Amino acid sequence: MTSGGIKRAVTALATIAFALFGGVVQANPEPGQLNMPRGVTTYSHVPYFLNNVALGVCVVIGILVFGAMFIAMFRFRKSRGAVAEKWSHNTTLEIVWTTIPVIILIVLAYLATGGLKTFADTTGSQMTVKVTGYQWKWRYDYVDYQGKAIDKVGFMSKLDRESDETRQLKSGLDPSAVKVDGYNTYLINVDEPLVVPINTKIRFVITAGDVIHSWWVPALGWKMDAIPGIVNAAWTNINEPGVYRGQCAELCGQDHGFMPIVVKAVPKAEFEQWLASKQQQSAPPAPAAASTAAAPATAQVAPAPAPKG
Amino acid sequence: MAHAATHDHHDDHHGAPKNFFVRWCMSTNHKDIGTLYLVFSLLMFFIGGSFAMVIRAELFKPGLQLVQPYFFNEMTTMHALVMIFGAVMPAFVGLGNWMIPLMIGAPDMALPRMNNLSFWILPFAFALLLSTLFLPGGGPAGGWTMYPPLSLQGDSVAYVVFAVHLMGISSIMGAINIIATILNMRAPGMDLLKMPVFVWSWLITAFLLIAVMPVLAGAVTMLLTDAYFGTSFFNAAGGGDPVLFQHIFWFFGHPEVYIMILPAFGLVSEIIPTFARKPIFGYKAMVYAIASIAFLSFIVWAHHMFAVGLPLGGEIFFMYATMLIAVPTGVKVFNWVSTMWGGSMTFETPMLFAVAFVILFTIGGFSGLMLALAPADFQYHDSYFVVAHFHYVLVTGAIFAIIGGTYYWLPKWTGHMYSEFWGKVHFWNSVIWVNVLFFPQHFLGLAGMPRRIPDYNVAFANFNMISSIGGFLFGAAQLIFLGVIVHAVWFSKKKAADRVWEGAKGLEWTVPSPAPYHTFELPPVIHDDELAHGHVED
Repeated sequence: MTSGGIKRAVTALATIAFALFGGVVQANPEPGQLNMPRGVTTYSHVPYFLNNVALGVCVVIGILVFGAMFIAMFRFRKSRGAVAEKWSHNTTLEIVWTTIPVIILIVLAYLATGGLKTFADTTGSQMTVKVTGYQWKWRYDYVDYQGKAIDKVGFMSKLDRESDETRQLKSGLDPSAVKVDGYNTYLINVDEPLVVPINTKIRFVITAGDVIHSWWVPALGWKMDAIPGIVNAAWTNINEPGVYRGQCAELCGQDHGFMPIVVKAVPKAEFEQWLASKQQQSAPPAPAAASTAAAPATAQVAPAPAPKG
Repeated sequence: MAHAATHDHHDDHHGAPKNFFVRWCMSTNHKDIGTLYLVFSLLMFFIGGSFAMVIRAELFKPGLQLVQPYFFNEMTTMHALVMIFGAVMPAFVGLGNWMIPLMIGAPDMALPRMNNLSFWILPFAFALLLSTLFLPGGGPAGGWTMYPPLSLQGDSVAYVVFAVHLMGISSIMGAINIIATILNMRAPGMDLLKMPVFVWSWLITAFLLIAVMPVLAGAVTMLLTDAYFGTSFFNAAGGGDPVLFQHIFWFFGHPEVYIMILPAFGLVSEIIPTFARKPIFGYKAMVYAIASIAFLSFIVWAHHMFAVGLPLGGEIFFMYATMLIAVPTGVKVFNWVSTMWGGSMTFETPMLFAVAFVILFTIGGFSGLMLALAPADFQYHDSYFVVAHFHYVLVTGAIFAIIGGTYYWLPKWTGHMYSEFWGKVHFWNSVIWVNVLFFPQHFLGLAGMPRRIPDYNVAFANFNMISSIGGFLFGAAQLIFLGVIVHAVWFSKKKAADRVWEGAKGLEWTVPSPAPYHTFELPPVIHDDELAHGHVED
């Protein structure tokens, strides 16, 4: 991106917003979290930065406008003997407060356009994963890696059993007891996560088999709707190994709240090892993507790698 | 006047018909129909509110305690449909019905019989819609946006579609009536640019309604034929496109959100000058701003769809167009503040609600600006951030304006003053708890909580509990509103003056309180200095 100059000018604002909300880099939701996560990819700072800048602009305008309003409410009270003035327009002032917002908007639009262009560019990817949303689970098919087609590596990923038992109406089980490595994973853990390599531009092709879903991992910085009959593309390039959690973000029926997404990002070597072992066990062929009924059959023989906290 | 002559002489100079059925069911009187609309809207506000209470109760803490997820989805869907089509829109039509003829010096609405029909369709529409909750298949659970293919999985498609058709017909008739009234029935001397801002806002809103309600009707009809007649408009397997529905729906849906806020702008533009005792700042700018917002509302619909995979050019166009709306909206906010500046203010209940409107609606506008930035929207979209945003503009925006307008004109309608003390109790409880209710939802959305989920991770527990507590108390505070209204209508002993508020200007304050059954049977002679905008130069 080439927005250096303006970027520096607004960084000051962003810093204020940043300071207000603490600078801890978070990937997954934390209790009391106030702001968007910074994310862990080469792109995820874009929405984070825009969010902070826009919030900063809004806070400053808010202080000015509401400040003026409160001053007016205290100064111009009838009970304090204020006498109403007669004027009802001021052309200079009106021109000023039409022009200044336009300038602010141009700056914001400039920043946002750069981010949009970056996100829209899915070229040059080193890996492709097909994501298919079903009621109420996700299917991941590995399409290619480093220019080579991958055959028959694909699996369903659905809510983990512990969350599923706890979330039943009046189950009597305590949601705060659902933990992995001390981190509460209630409703944001799956039986088998999507495993991807770090430092690799991964292209996701996203679709759905029944109704519209939306694939959202906040740490990656975006969501993309999964729509039957349409294949959407998005990309990510994760910087840090880790487990990143998200949820379906488009109402998709009764269990919409119970189809989480877990992305496990690992170093390339580890990923290649994992992929090789997956390819070896691909004896039970991946079922046709259109068939949701095939879901149970895809519970792979291999034990799911335990997600690291 | 002879009693026998009443049938030929319209209702003549008699008061309202004595027979309850004749008066309320066969009414062609704009005041009675306005009252019907307002009472209906209040009833729907409490029904829709009770659905919200179910939602907030289930979300009080993690784990499912009260309802099954499917029923939860029915609640979110019905809450939205009832509040939008049952509470907010009819409330504005009711206020318009009551006040537009009084404000422009007309004896009644231009098409009184159609006025009766457009109201009496609504109870049937909502009986049909609400009845689905008691049917074996359950109510609609696919969200008020009715996105296919999900919405087609329900058993209540036909009920919902027919109910939406009825609501649409009602709205279109109401809109035609308002346009016909404003354009044809103004008293001599009431030039367009001397009209109160509320009347202007309704004139523009009525055009929006006529433009987009048929679009919604078309969209839901296509849903109906997809569901029952084998068409494939939105069915990818049959060559259709699920995204097509979203384009059509939001071509209706975005103007719709302005249908719910422009009359609120009008109300606030009446209330603030009255209690600031100073003419509104930039009258013409206010009118032009409403018109620009209305125009822009037609070219921003796809900002609801940034995450459906629009082409880059589309994302950019809709982002820029959406951001533009901030300019006329900003002008309005600045003008309200300038109206207050240099005034001589008192803070009766209507003014308190109007002031809260300006602040809290602006906060909703700020989050709207943030949502307009497409890359940031990829994070915000369909999260609780969006829920916080639209509740700020709809609850502390539209509904606060409606409540403010109700307090403002209640003495004119009933002839009695409401209890200022209880009005203020209502205000402070509303304004505090509504923020406790909705402000933490911004944080929830930013932290990654999707909307429309019945249960959530423990990380979201604190703010959800705070939000629920705010929700229960905000809901309870509205019972005070009901009490204040009941008191003012039947029990208040304090007579209202004709000009209820010291700083009030405009024709509605020249008629007695309560407003007689028939007003302005002879057009009033208009003196420009009696009007709020009689001498407008700018």
